[in-house]
Amino acid sequence: MDTNSNSYTFIFSAVMVVIVAFLLSLAATALQPKQAENVKRENWQNILKSIDVNVSREDSEEAYNTYIVDELVIRNGQVVEGMSPLEVNIADEIRKPLDERNNPLFVAEKDGKTYFVIPLRGGGLWGPIWGYIALEQDVATVYGANFDHKSETPGLGAEINTAGFYNQFKGQQILDGEGAFRSVAVVKGGASGPHQVDGISGGTITSDGVTDMLKNCLAGYIDYLKGRSTVQPETLPVDQIDEDIIEEVESEELTEEMASN
Amino acid sequence: MSTETVDKKLVKESEPLFSKKNRKLLSDPLDDNNPITVQVLGICSALAITVQLKPAVVMSLSVLFVMGAGNVIISLIRNLIPQRVRIIVMLTVVASLVILVDQVLKAYLFDVSKQLSVFIGLIITNCIIMGRFEAFAMGNGLWKSFLDGIGNAAGYGVILIMVSVFREFFGTGTLWGIQLIPESWYMSNGGFYSDNGMMLLPPMALISVALIIWVQRANNRKLIEDK
Repeated sequence: MDTNSNSYTFIFSAVMVVIVAFLLSLAATALQPKQAENVKRENWQNILKSIDVNVSREDSEEAYNTYIVDELVIRNGQVVEGMSPLEVNIADEIRKPLDERNNPLFVAEKDGKTYFVIPLRGGGLWGPIWGYIALEQDVATVYGANFDHKSETPGLGAEINTAGFYNQFKGQQILDGEGAFRSVAVVKGGASGPHQVDGISGGTITSDGVTDMLKNCLAGYIDYLKGRSTVQPETLPVDQIDEDIIEEVESEELTEEMASN
Repeated sequence: MSTETVDKKLVKESEPLFSKKNRKLLSDPLDDNNPITVQVLGICSALAITVQLKPAVVMSLSVLFVMGAGNVIISLIRNLIPQRVRIIVMLTVVASLVILVDQVLKAYLFDVSKQLSVFIGLIITNCIIMGRFEAFAMGNGLWKSFLDGIGNAAGYGVILIMVSVFREFFGTGTLWGIQLIPESWYMSNGGFYSDNGMMLLPPMALISVALIIWVQRANNRKLIEDK
């Protein structure tokens, strides 16, 4: 057989492509459930990490169900009924104008305190970056944050997913003294005050990406969260009422603290 | 290259599995004919994933698999491949194997796959692999090609691991993520020591490889060039 004839070359290529395509799609289909499971569990893990609960990926489902008491979607300051945060594709939402955006929100409860966990998404230097930020009951204070990325430069921009970077956000303020939204900015060297954290040397574009991501993603939640933290909605399930009283007391204490400051 | 053509002529059907020549296929790329330090191939990934030991080891194992399997596949179909499209066929084989590795890592070694992220794709462009397919597997039998693939991947892995040990230890004071330099030595804790941040940047990978080449050339008689 002449392996160099044109027809042989065509037939060989066609057969090869079919075989390879079959094998690869077989592998992709077979491994897909396991991969999706990993991604889902990692999301739970990251949500929990933002409220300082560190669990292994295997335990993340159980822990998620323990700590996360409510999952909501907020549009224009109102809860969208019958919509789960898991249905929301954040990558699409962040491109919409603020008042049309569906904002997923996870409400967590730990040691009797309520935290609001907000998913973030934005762009780094090479690809998307994302993360979770947890706000305390006063809506202003960051309780914890973590970030991840698809393809930032290792050792530089990729450092946003290290504890050394994201732990800087703990205790920072996203609201200014008057309660207006101010966000937290990642700055180049010499960060000071409650609205700034230090950036990564060599990773300026990724750092700026984090700044923009926070500003863009948090904006849609502020009105709703402020309303929620002071006035409790009346239609809460009965089993949550006790906790609501605790929350109310806490928020009163906080307003007193703020006044005395 | 010259040794390979000689090998080809001397191949006999009744050769033992680990004859001297076959052992040489495994051991040659480790030192005398190392793909990175002697042939200076595959530098791109040596530069990219040697900041820490763990990804370097996983990368080496992935390359080991891709090269071993790839060389065998190419060797099996070497008489069927049309000459004019052989490079494309090789690329297809490498790319499919790499996608397989990537999918398996994502399913079973999720953390590692996250760390390697883009670099897994880079295996496709690793010129050592294409080089061995073209120079060896296209002209040799299955078992020899397998040994050659394993040998070259090991030669690549050894250098990768050496460079990453060097860079991780001096760059972050850890090995395999375990802190080796006592915390109390660090200046931030009142000590005298500070990690060398430059180790983490890509140029240090090249400098490390160059140092390894230097040491190797000074010690290996075969590599000392005539004046």
